[in-house]
Amino acid sequence: MSEFLAVLSNYDLVGAYWLNIQLTFFAAVASLVIGTILALMRISPIPSLQFAGTTYVNLIRNTPLTIIVVFAALVLWPVLGVEFSTDFATNFFWLAVLALSVYHASFMCEALRSGVNTVPAGQAEAARAIGLPFLPAARLIILPQAFRGAIAPLGNTLIALIKNSTVAAAISVPEISILMKEMMENEGNYVIPIFLTVAVGFVIIVVPIGLAVTYLSQRLAVSR
Amino acid sequence: MSRQTVLFDAPGPRARRNVRVGNWVGAVVVIGIAVFVLVQMNAAGQLRPELWAVVVDPDSWRYNFLPGLQNTLVAAAYAIVTSVVFGLLFGVGRLAANRALRWFSGVVVEFFRAVPVLVMMVAGYQILGRFTAVSGTAQLLLSVVIALTLYNGAVIAELVRSGVHGLPKGQREAGLAIGMTRGQSIRSIELPQALIAMLPSLVSQFVVILKDTALGYIIVYPELLRSARLLGSGAPFAILQSLFVAALIFIVLNYLLSKVAELVARKVGGRTSGKARANPAPPNAVTVPAVGGGGR
Repeated sequence: MSEFLAVLSNYDLVGAYWLNIQLTFFAAVASLVIGTILALMRISPIPSLQFAGTTYVNLIRNTPLTIIVVFAALVLWPVLGVEFSTDFATNFFWLAVLALSVYHASFMCEALRSGVNTVPAGQAEAARAIGLPFLPAARLIILPQAFRGAIAPLGNTLIALIKNSTVAAAISVPEISILMKEMMENEGNYVIPIFLTVAVGFVIIVVPIGLAVTYLSQRLAVSR
Repeated sequence: MSRQTVLFDAPGPRARRNVRVGNWVGAVVVIGIAVFVLVQMNAAGQLRPELWAVVVDPDSWRYNFLPGLQNTLVAAAYAIVTSVVFGLLFGVGRLAANRALRWFSGVVVEFFRAVPVLVMMVAGYQILGRFTAVSGTAQLLLSVVIALTLYNGAVIAELVRSGVHGLPKGQREAGLAIGMTRGQSIRSIELPQALIAMLPSLVSQFVVILKDTALGYIIVYPELLRSARLLGSGAPFAILQSLFVAALIFIVLNYLLSKVAELVARKVGGRTSGKARANPAPPNAVTVPAVGGGGR
């Protein structure tokens, strides 16, 4: 056991997890913003925006995340010239964030839409009755309640995003699954303990968030 | 889409005009974005016919797309079968009368839902290489299938559990009333109904499995994405085009599968006392997320 701990101390496990958390954080913020815009488009009365929102969600949701990540690194950057930084590693980090955001925005959108479904029709009717047009009604009446009703699916999307941040490995962002592979190749005697360590790390990150989401979704639900 | 009426009433003349104007503005913006993308692609020389000729070349399909697609479908087919078996075993385990068995199944399910599929795939590959004689393509295929099975099996176990919990209580009470044991009532009354109710969600989960086979790219399993990339990395470097085709194949397959899920939901809707729905939660990402909150 102490030998294994000595082996572990040769590697920057925390640093690798930290990279996953950074990827998750930036992608979560960006995908929530894009997802909110998409959700507004989909619930708006304007057909062309509805169509664009629906098309985005259906296309992106059915595309494997790995393809989107690889596309960002092999097409967006070298072919189409989308560059975030001249530093190679920083550039790939942000390309991975971009890919994760684009992908998860469709799930954030659907989560918010399911939140809108929890708002009773009477609320929208009341908003109309006092003369609010679509955007103010959405901003003041519908969305605040929808966000609270959407906490559970939004939280699930966040948890999926944490786990999916490992897919940045496809473009060599040195996050935890890349470090795990490197450790396993170097320390052949400890393959299974290394897997368990990395796996338990995810359990430690993910399970409390799951519990918090469950708690918050009950706590913040608008009681009706 | 009946719920669209929630946010806006039947519009009057002014609102109709606003919607019409908004519609045109929206269309112009959307088309503008599409045109901008095409102009950028053209500027980068990506609309050149010889690049697109690569992906319609029969040889590309014979040597890259079709073998890649075959490997993808093989991995997905194995993983679908094994994860359903895994899900049934542990789903029923979570419902068992025996407390130890229930606890063990719960730990297994929660653990494998919390660990990223890719981590299991990479670890599986290394573990197979070190402790078994499996090697080469078999080792790659097996790693992909094992990782997909553990994750999706755990999700399916939750579907089984929530399917049984979703049944009206009277179903079990009736079973117990005619003298069945708890296990008999699960096996012959509750599970069959739960299975029908969860059928649409199950098919939606197959979309997740099919999509996640693309993770095999990272451990170099020669699936569709890997073979598309290979095609794109040779002259004339049609990488954008070949990834585009790979994505398109995935989108079409998954779209058809999700249509099947909706169809199944409609067909079986009235055949069970539980609820049949096409989408369990958000049919997520490298998966359906979840964990923690579980089947609540």
